[in-house]
Amino acid sequence: MDNDNQLADNKKDNKKPADPTKAAERTYGAGYKLIGKNYETPDLYAKVTGNAKYAEDFRAEGMLFCKLLLSPMPHARVKRIDAKAALAMPGVKAILTADDLPAPADTLTDNGTVIKASKWGERGLTMEPVYQGEPVLAVAAVDELTAAEAIEKIEIDFEPLPFVIDPLETLRPGGPNPRTDGNVWTRPAAAGSSSGSPPSPGTPAVTELKWTKADFEEEKHGRLPMGKSPDEWTYGDLDSGFKNAALVLDETFVTPDTSHQTLETRSALAYWQNGKVYIYTGTQSTAQTLPAIARWLNISPDNIVFISEYTGGGFGSKITGGVTMIIPALLAKKTNAPVMMRISREEETFIGRARPSFQGRMKVGFSKEGRITALDMFVICDNGPYDAVGDAPSSGRIVSLLYQPQAMRWRGLTVLTNTPPRSAQSSPGGLQGIVIIEPIIAKAARKLGVDQVAIRRINCPEGKAPLGPVLQGKRQYATSAFLKEALDRGAEQFKWNERVARTPKRIGTKVRGVGVSLSCYAGGTIGFDGLLVIKPDGRITFQSGIGNLGTESVIDVHRAGAEVLGVPWEKCNVVWGNTSRGLPFTCVSGGSQTTHAMTRAAYATAMAAKQKLQEIAAKKLGGKPEQYVVANERVFRKGGGTGMTLAQAAKHAIELGGIYDGHEAPADVHKLTKASVAALAGQGLVVAAKDNYPRDGSTYSYVASFAEIEVDVETGMYHVVDFLASADVGTVIHPRALGGQVLGRSTLGIGHAIGQKWVFDPRYGEMLSKRFYQSKPPTILDVPVDMQWTALDIPDPETPVGARGVGEPPVGGGCASILNALSDALGDEIFQRAPVNADTILTSLEAGRPMQHPLMAHI
Amino acid sequence: MAERVSSKAMQDVQEEGVLKAVSRRDFIKGVISSGVAVSSAGYLFRASSILHGQQLAAGVGERLITLNVNGQQRRVDVMKQETLAWTLRYKLGLTGTKLGCDRAECGSCSVLIDDIPHYSCSVLTHTVRGRKVLTIEGLAAEDGTLHPVQQGVIDEQGFQCAFCMPGFIMTAVGFLKTNPNPTRRELAHGVSGNLCRCQDYDKILTALMRGAENMRRSSLG
Ligand code: FES
Ligand code: FES
Repeated sequence: MDNDNQLADNKKDNKKPADPTKAAERTYGAGYKLIGKNYETPDLYAKVTGNAKYAEDFRAEGMLFCKLLLSPMPHARVKRIDAKAALAMPGVKAILTADDLPAPADTLTDNGTVIKASKWGERGLTMEPVYQGEPVLAVAAVDELTAAEAIEKIEIDFEPLPFVIDPLETLRPGGPNPRTDGNVWTRPAAAGSSSGSPPSPGTPAVTELKWTKADFEEEKHGRLPMGKSPDEWTYGDLDSGFKNAALVLDETFVTPDTSHQTLETRSALAYWQNGKVYIYTGTQSTAQTLPAIARWLNISPDNIVFISEYTGGGFGSKITGGVTMIIPALLAKKTNAPVMMRISREEETFIGRARPSFQGRMKVGFSKEGRITALDMFVICDNGPYDAVGDAPSSGRIVSLLYQPQAMRWRGLTVLTNTPPRSAQSSPGGLQGIVIIEPIIAKAARKLGVDQVAIRRINCPEGKAPLGPVLQGKRQYATSAFLKEALDRGAEQFKWNERVARTPKRIGTKVRGVGVSLSCYAGGTIGFDGLLVIKPDGRITFQSGIGNLGTESVIDVHRAGAEVLGVPWEKCNVVWGNTSRGLPFTCVSGGSQTTHAMTRAAYATAMAAKQKLQEIAAKKLGGKPEQYVVANERVFRKGGGTGMTLAQAAKHAIELGGIYDGHEAPADVHKLTKASVAALAGQGLVVAAKDNYPRDGSTYSYVASFAEIEVDVETGMYHVVDFLASADVGTVIHPRALGGQVLGRSTLGIGHAIGQKWVFDPRYGEMLSKRFYQSKPPTILDVPVDMQWTALDIPDPETPVGARGVGEPPVGGGCASILNALSDALGDEIFQRAPVNADTILTSLEAGRPMQHPLMAHI
Repeated sequence: MAERVSSKAMQDVQEEGVLKAVSRRDFIKGVISSGVAVSSAGYLFRASSILHGQQLAAGVGERLITLNVNGQQRRVDVMKQETLAWTLRYKLGLTGTKLGCDRAECGSCSVLIDDIPHYSCSVLTHTVRGRKVLTIEGLAAEDGTLHPVQQGVIDEQGFQCAFCMPGFIMTAVGFLKTNPNPTRRELAHGVSGNLCRCQDYDKILTALMRGAENMRRSSLG
């Protein structure tokens, strides 16, 4: 939405030049040297000079290009392919079809369980395309034009099959199925269908589920039908919760599909050398992409070198890269030449993943103070055609944690459709759950005459707050929550009370509205490895298996290691982006795990390094290890006395060998880490360690989001005047990177409120929103010229260093605070789906009730 | 809407003669029938035969021209329909200029042509003969001193993944040449043709404002 209304922001421009300090310059990291301090990340210089190499920036001698043939239909069977004319063209080198793909590999988990490859899984190419734009075959040629011409020359017959664009259509009696085996993902009862936890890989199955005609009666009243659902959990006494409620609201709400739209598409380059495949592509998780490639290509990880130095955005769409990267790898094998696969923007829309939309319904009971006494939640998640996404179950857990209902039931379906594949997108399920409940809370507050901040304050989690269903007699709980403090600080900094009290709300055709939202998401995992080398020159190299997708966690987490060792940052290097360089077993960078998981691993590794330094000193200088301390780049006897520099200790480590220089690895580290330790052996003091620290509870991070908007009721156009996100994310590691995540991911959420969605032609299943301009991410003019963020910087008590993840938590609040500000300005009868566009506002204002179709998907 | 843009794009390429190689009828068929030709339209390029030592398909017309890029005269074979972004990235090895959409929607490919920001994905190379092209690689001084705007980004840790960064920096440099002392709002308008999907616009703006300040200071001193 273009924001040409200058009025609102004119006064801000008076403080010219703008004050760049704002909240971001609040000081963090009291008592630390590195933690909580800003610094120049070592990848930044390459970025500003244009030398940073993303996948498509690599060149290889004799490089071929490949082009894809995409399915024009949402569901079809390929009956015949005749590529003779194409292959006869000069310059055309090879064709790759689904027949050339390796058989899908089973997965061997770390505890030795074999997970059978899913027969419904995505493989990269297919003879039965299940969405429009799905790659069917690829051609490699000396250049792209030749490859594209060859694609044109291929004769291919498609037999159209029944398809489904709207999840509700396949649930109707006699409705078409998106896959030949059915339409919903279900899990066998043995896997614990009431657990509410994300489906574990390999366990779900595609089955058929149809609702009855009677189930669909609700539709006539504009309410979501709620037929049988394969997944359900309950806690507390729902009935008495509703009975005792002073107010009960029952609302249907639809959330949008939004493509990840990483600015860098999933282009990939691959070649083979001495039996090894070298693959270059963007990923969120360098170390963890290796096993994914091994599975997709069905080869040993030892035969893969994966390079991903810079990744142009991920947001969940490149957690382990994309399966399509095997296409250039297989073509490279076939042609015995490097193959570059450039993915265009439209191709990216098809294969580049998206957040699944929800058709949701929620019945919520409130006490007269606004406390939620009962909450009954029902969601349908539009999964797309392939692997089950975890959004539906995660939406229930997030809502249960964030609003602490006294009793709650969650029911959900993950329905397959013939629309492009989904994957986790920043706050998967969290955004959808929050966006469904927040407008209801806003409405309840208005009806009950309770302040919007106050109603959230009495519902929000605190301390070891419970969440989710009852499992083995008890509910899970969070490690900590300081959301009340975040809400209070946010309200104060945003001057909430002043804004609420300001009159008049309307001047001419312009109406102001303010909104607040709670927001949270999982904030970290445990149990990964760290790896560092103290070199004979006294420098430390941190081996980082994290992807470099812009959050800077790839570097930032190692500041915690340097802090523990007391080594100045100038003496530290970080190695990243290439699996042949010795990377430890690392969490995937998804679900905001990294800062939490990998600061723990970094801390454990630094502590292990200290221990080894003390041992080396004791061996060389006598006495016991505990009589030595590590400080000032030395290890020396307590209270002064003999010692040695880190450089000397590294040399001694090489002499000592064994567990000191990497010829032996600790028993408890992962096999990937062991391989890397072996690869680094002899380079100095090589230290690997596993994060074995205990944790009581599940880690979550929280944000309170505040927005003010201004709507022009004559045009329906609106814009965001001010925005503030107040974050409870544990100890702040790197303020500027944190601020980037808090506001960047908030804006990703704002996009869901102000305009982003998928649109399909329901008759042919043709996608209409294929390019940026058709589902535009917010531009710099869509956000306030001065956004605000702040962080509490209260350490989480269940993790050394105290840092939690931050990527996902702000997203839901970004969207919902805008929606709430809109209903504050315009009332509750404007929208019952997001995004809210100018036409929604105008038509609904005129009619006095929401005018968009209440249920239909992708309109 | 998609159709309108496609046919517009098609007209443009038609004028440049790209359809010589692909028959017009096939091209239109592709546009109508599926995503294939639509998605490829902006992406159909020849690799340089010189660079890759490959046998090219018959009927390709490349022409040797001289370009002024980053202050250097560069001789390069280009096709009639070749875009500047492609020439820079695949012929001259200047991969700092990024392609985010290849269709004038995102600004990742922004470069300066005679000091004015342009989307290089939507400029034909042969039209810039005799004009000064400046890319992100040519922005720092020869001794490696960063341009004040690059330095501003370093000072503020601007941007996240940075895929959009070269485009933003080039646009900002172009804008600041004629508007050296903008407000935040003015500068936001100046770079509003650039899309950042990481969306940390606030810090981007802060970094570019710092760049503007650095620029004013360096021209004073
Ligand atoms: S790549 Fe040129 S505008 Fe997007
Ligand atoms: S920083 Fe990632 S697209 Fe702008």
